[in-house]
Amino acid sequence: MAGKQDNASTGVVGNVINWIDDRIPMTRVWNMHIAQYPAPKNFNFWYLFGSLAILVLVNQILTGIWLTMSYVPSAEGAFASIEYIMRDVEYGWLLRYMHSTGASAFFVVVYLHMFRGMIYGSYQKPRELLWLFGMLIFLALMAEAFMGYLLPWGQMSFWGAQVIISLFGAIPVIGDDLTQWIRGDYVISGATLNRFFALHVIALPLVLVILVFLHIVALHEVGSNNPDGVDIKRKKGSVAEEDKPKFQFHEYYTNKKDIVDAIPFHPYYTVKDVLGVAGFLIFFCWVVFFAPEMGGFFLEAPNFEAANPLKTPEHIFPVWYFTPFYAILRAIPDKLMGVIAMGASIVLLALLPWLDRGKVRSIRYRSKWHKLNIAQFVVTFIILGWAGATPQTDLSTVLSRITTVTYFMFFVLLFVYSKNEQTKPLPERLTK
Amino acid sequence: MMKKLIIGLFALLPTFAMAAGPSVPLLESNHDLTDNASLQRGAKLFMNYCLGCHQMQYQRYERTFRDIGIPVEIGQETLIFDDSKVGSHIKNSIEIDDAAKWFGAPPPDLTLVARVRGADWIYTYLKSFYVDESRPFGVNNSVFPSVGMPHVLQELQGVPTARFEEVEEHGVKVKKVVEITTDGSGELSTDEYDQAVRDLTNFMAYVGEPTRLKSEALGYKVLGFLVILFILAFFLKKEYWRDVH
Repeated sequence: MAGKQDNASTGVVGNVINWIDDRIPMTRVWNMHIAQYPAPKNFNFWYLFGSLAILVLVNQILTGIWLTMSYVPSAEGAFASIEYIMRDVEYGWLLRYMHSTGASAFFVVVYLHMFRGMIYGSYQKPRELLWLFGMLIFLALMAEAFMGYLLPWGQMSFWGAQVIISLFGAIPVIGDDLTQWIRGDYVISGATLNRFFALHVIALPLVLVILVFLHIVALHEVGSNNPDGVDIKRKKGSVAEEDKPKFQFHEYYTNKKDIVDAIPFHPYYTVKDVLGVAGFLIFFCWVVFFAPEMGGFFLEAPNFEAANPLKTPEHIFPVWYFTPFYAILRAIPDKLMGVIAMGASIVLLALLPWLDRGKVRSIRYRSKWHKLNIAQFVVTFIILGWAGATPQTDLSTVLSRITTVTYFMFFVLLFVYSKNEQTKPLPERLTK
Repeated sequence: MMKKLIIGLFALLPTFAMAAGPSVPLLESNHDLTDNASLQRGAKLFMNYCLGCHQMQYQRYERTFRDIGIPVEIGQETLIFDDSKVGSHIKNSIEIDDAAKWFGAPPPDLTLVARVRGADWIYTYLKSFYVDESRPFGVNNSVFPSVGMPHVLQELQGVPTARFEEVEEHGVKVKKVVEITTDGSGELSTDEYDQAVRDLTNFMAYVGEPTRLKSEALGYKVLGFLVILFILAFFLKKEYWRDVH
């Protein structure tokens, strides 16, 4: 009730706000999570991708709702309804391109967001659960994208789904029954399309939104990490009065801890995020309006041909955002081992908080070995992405095998050297 | 460190562009979607030579006429050959099962062929028929070997003959078409035929994505707005952040 007193306003608007605040904690939540939320003052470029991911999620949901109004989820009608949207629905082409480009953009920002977490050690204690919610979002996003890709019912939709679902067949004993259960038929058919549609437009978006909510709840409970990896929340009473920021932060945070080098999320990071959004939209809209196919990486050419179960395309690739993991699958000659390796490549990412035994978070103060390891991981990931999008040749097979090893070596090496890593001394306060 | 990583990331980007390519070198179509005269000639060629077997089942006549600058009544009189309404899809009355029997496979729908194959492929394909008595229709195609389709445009091009050369591919000697020449019996000269094929390619590229020009026109406005927004947001951010040290 004390909080309400602080914000009590007068006038008509004030009365309305008070009326609402007496019934739901509107002002309190706004202050706690936006206007008086302490954020480290040194966020850089890499910290834009969280808010951009939310922007893309909203874009996908809104354009998705309008696409659903004209889309026909049946094997007979799906492909034609997409062309109906592209040709006969007012601005249907724009909705469709925003949605298809948004799918790729989602993975671009999420990969960069995850990479930010890796270089600044944002997964380390106490942010393990935050990281795990993030990994669950990543998994849900992959399922969402995979199921969405079947809906246009083009050649690549059909055959891509055929290949991916057949992977479950590699599981011993239950494999065949499992694939049949997923498809709802002996082959990919209208039954598969209908259930993927249901999961794509309601089940998974719901899961995604809930997980994003939990991700943010977890973030605000522990507070953001920052490029220095130095805590801004200090033991109560340990910070001299003149070192405390002049801003007002919510008592939920200041009652428990002393806070240094923080600024309120609003207006400082809201205006910065607006700048990030404008910059992002310049790239996004360039793709939407001028290159929606993005050279065949966002919309693959064979997918402009309706699904034909009797005609296998020359090459079957997943969309670019799955190709690194697809390359790991193909690098291993045994199908079951390949599936296990592909699963492990994602599980290991989720286990980073426990594989990294270092006490220092940020790459800025970690050893040369750690920097080299992260650099090799980036190169590995890009080569895997290329190998997974290329017809199998001797070169791509050799490269994908080497990089599969270096992918897993990233985690093994990290586990080994992080225990007694030679790190640089951490600064007492945040640097610019 | 960070900067090096980012530079490294961008340096690797071009390798992504080297996805699968066609096995025959393709000619450049040099088509121009803003050239309405070319699109109208292409539409005429399509309705006269292609529509007998191939449909554009997702595209409507009226929209097509409007987009490429043909008055609807004139289009209706000169380019609709059956009893289709002007709002109908561009379809023929061929039975798919019959067509499959005649040609070995049903003639594919051409609405999206430019997006599946690319405009350069269509242009090259239409210039790559040559006489081959071993084939059912007496012609073959160097871009699409053993194609099931006759050379429909032969009355325009004349009778095309191919010159072969032996080349080694993966250690095996194969005969490859190096040049196709016509006997001059067609209605068009070689240059005129190239232009006709370019017009037809242009039309198919338009039908593949009828909103391309509209999209780009809107795109310039949107990008212009975003650049201004970006500049304003930049100064707004700078103003707000003055008191952060």
